[in-house]
Amino acid sequence: MKSSTDKTSLSAMSLWRRYPALKGYALASPAILLMIVALVSPFLLLAGTSFKIETGSSDEWMLSLANYEFFFEKSHYVNTLVRSIFISTLVALVTVLLAYPAAYFIAFHVHENKMLWLIMITLPFWTSYLLRVFSWKLILGYNGFINSGLMWLDLIKQPLDFILYNTNAVILTLAHAWAAFAILPIYVSLQKIDKSLIEAAHDLGENKIYSFLRVTLPLSMPGVVAALLLVFIPTVGDYVTPKLVGGPKGLMIGNLIQSAFGRLDNWPLGAAISIISMITVTFAVCLFLLGINRVRKVLI
Amino acid sequence: MPESSFISIQGVSKHFGSIVAVDSVDLEIGKGEFFALLGPSGCGKTTLLRMLAGFEIPSQGEINIDGEQMSTVPPYQRPVNMVFQNYAIFPHLNVFQNIAFGLRKDRLPADELEKRVSDVLSLIKMEGFGERKPDELSGGQRQRVALARALIKKPKVLLLDEPLGALDKNLREQMQLELRQLQKIVGVTFVFVTHDQEEALTMSDRIAVMSAGKVLEVGSPEDLYEHPQTRFVADFLGTMNVFDGHIHARDGDSYIVDTRELGRISARIESQDFSKGEKMSVALRPENLQIVNSQSMTVMDGSISGVMSNTAYFGNSAQIYVELEGSDQPLVVSIQNLEGAASKAAHGNREVTIGWSKSSVLLLKDA
Amino acid sequence: MSKSSLNSSSGWLRSYTVIYLVFIYLPILFLPLFSFNDGIYVAFPMSGFTLNWWAEMVNQPGMHKALWNSFSVAVPVCLISTTLGMMGAKALTTYKLYGARALTGLFTLPLVTPFLILGIALLISFDNYGIDLSLFTVGVGHVLICVPFSLFVLLSRMESFDRSLEEVALDLGETPWMMFWRVTFPIAMPGIVASLLLTFTISFDEFLLAFFLTGDASTLPIFIWSQLRFPGKLPAVLALGSAILIVTVFIVIVAELMRRKGSANSTENVI
Repeated sequence: MKSSTDKTSLSAMSLWRRYPALKGYALASPAILLMIVALVSPFLLLAGTSFKIETGSSDEWMLSLANYEFFFEKSHYVNTLVRSIFISTLVALVTVLLAYPAAYFIAFHVHENKMLWLIMITLPFWTSYLLRVFSWKLILGYNGFINSGLMWLDLIKQPLDFILYNTNAVILTLAHAWAAFAILPIYVSLQKIDKSLIEAAHDLGENKIYSFLRVTLPLSMPGVVAALLLVFIPTVGDYVTPKLVGGPKGLMIGNLIQSAFGRLDNWPLGAAISIISMITVTFAVCLFLLGINRVRKVLI
Repeated sequence: MPESSFISIQGVSKHFGSIVAVDSVDLEIGKGEFFALLGPSGCGKTTLLRMLAGFEIPSQGEINIDGEQMSTVPPYQRPVNMVFQNYAIFPHLNVFQNIAFGLRKDRLPADELEKRVSDVLSLIKMEGFGERKPDELSGGQRQRVALARALIKKPKVLLLDEPLGALDKNLREQMQLELRQLQKIVGVTFVFVTHDQEEALTMSDRIAVMSAGKVLEVGSPEDLYEHPQTRFVADFLGTMNVFDGHIHARDGDSYIVDTRELGRISARIESQDFSKGEKMSVALRPENLQIVNSQSMTVMDGSISGVMSNTAYFGNSAQIYVELEGSDQPLVVSIQNLEGAASKAAHGNREVTIGWSKSSVLLLKDA
Repeated sequence: MSKSSLNSSSGWLRSYTVIYLVFIYLPILFLPLFSFNDGIYVAFPMSGFTLNWWAEMVNQPGMHKALWNSFSVAVPVCLISTTLGMMGAKALTTYKLYGARALTGLFTLPLVTPFLILGIALLISFDNYGIDLSLFTVGVGHVLICVPFSLFVLLSRMESFDRSLEEVALDLGETPWMMFWRVTFPIAMPGIVASLLLTFTISFDEFLLAFFLTGDASTLPIFIWSQLRFPGKLPAVLALGSAILIVTVFIVIVAELMRRKGSANSTENVI
């Protein structure tokens, strides 16, 4: 029980104990190191690569903005980027709109077995992303479930060809694939709301619709915003969904990046497109957050 | 003052960033004392306790326990154990395992361990509860398990952080007595933190009253209650009528004090020295005030008239609020509710005269 | 607000949620359905019941290799990322760290960056440092995306953790190291199990990163992707997908039960 530590180790130890936060940083350091080695440094390399162009001989590189110029000269590239942002925005909105009532139901109307409902609703999203997207191709395809089913039932004579290989198919598939990322944050923010606040709104004479609009919805906004971002950001970079169900009209920026690293074998161009996409996404997110703030100020 | 100092706290301060939680505290606690750190929340009492336990390190100053320097000794090497405010019963262990937790290093044989645990279980009157899981225990039982878990270590000092705060009122009163008895049996020095002045008054041998990181006064419950030295302590312990005043003159064994509310009054000189014209406070306990009527036999040293505005019943007693002319602050008078005296006295808006004896007027330094 | 109106809105929401569940489950239930269909086309009418596709799937040699590869990536990935996640969660919940928000932001970054871009950034890095693509490089990518998941599962577990339980262990004479094993670890156990299972599943099913980081040895999702090109192989792929589905569902249910049972317990124990 007696402290028998000698003087030197005592000073090191008391430093350790005097500033316990040091231990915290030490504990977090492996994860921080990972983020630096596997996230920050690769991004710096990615940015660096985007300024490279090949000169005649194979191992010679030089720095230039040529990849960026190339991107903005090609209307096909720019259009694809704009379309990707547009598609992801729609996907985020559709996903959140579809998820909100379900999250609301579980948060406020399920009293027993909430856990069961939550597991049920999020379970499918732990299964293979690839297979989930692929199954939509089977559903929407020319000979797919919907067409063959409708024809089998004699409701249509010809397969409907407008349901696959277009933007709608991409939006539908993505809205399905990312549903869990919308439900969970919305559910959490709804669950946190003190039920007596809603009762207070009723007590103060607001009907159900207005107390929803004036109390529940604003209080759940952090969850809604998180959900929108969690769906919007990753979907901009998706390349599997557009490839499987998008067809030529449903191509997204991810497909351009992927082909730059694959078929075209032009890594610097791919890196440049990635950087442009990331800057665009960041810009869009900032605009969105600013807009939300503005709206919040006006409302309050 | 204790005859021998067992715990010695010298010039101890604790800063959290720019916040000074504990501000140069000096305290001496004797062996076997039941010592209370009393103060409102945020006064630094818990931080001081945690420095005794070793969870915080003093920014300045020294702590000695039984003659050993403790300031930088980690908690697991201190001869001190603590009962946490929420009891911190390990949810994954049963009662037996919880109590035996701290004995791992002693490597006792199984039967010896069994005996030690069952001894403390009987000490806390919980024989046969060893296999219970924490969620099957009531609040009072959890508290006893936390006590047993600490006492089985045979600490030199037992620290208790708001030990009764989580219990309801009846249980709290029962546990106050039990804790007192337990401390007598085991003879360990108890240092406990509380914000409840009644608890501190009932349980402790001595009390240190803290405010804003400083220890204002240390003394026995009677001392602090009957003869507070500062306005804060007078106000914090029990109900007190306190008025601003200044010394008019010294007259034999009395000071003559001017106050706006009570006029010129005299008070017996105790230990404190005041200079002429010094600003200070005058305090009167509600139970030392009496309603004076024409039949009253007692001779009062001072009196004032006012209008009764409100009565608060406490069953065995009642407090009457008397509005004084030219004052926003009512005078609180406590009367024993003998034979319905309270309801007889409380005829609203009646003019009454309130009287007191000279020896019950307390003179307080303005801190 | 009358009782009937409350019931009717609850009823509407319930019906909506059930329809929503159908929308969520429908595509996934196709895989097992058509893996038993006696025909190579995924179309109605279904032709009859067969187990041939499952037999074909089981006998595919490439599949065994891919399955083994996926395991040998997912097992270390889940162990490493849960360890890092646990250390990070402990650091963030126990200590007052300057820049804790910035740290949390840094750990969130992999979740809010398109995996495609993470993939190519890592690809460029490995290329730059002359590291050949292999299961190891896939594993690095997976650890990067699994650490945030693990961290957030464990953070929610550790936040409800009563700090005084650790302090009491120190007070009773345990060193910080033994305190961790006797108190912190057992209490955080449900969260740790949940984290292990979830990160295993994420790594096991991950395609977007693996696509760029796989060398010669492919993981199961890469194998499936390569099979999707051949229509004749499709039903066997459906059988394989169904098998993965069943295992994943089982793992996730166990993980969720562990996580939520744990957190339910901890709230009970808050006095």
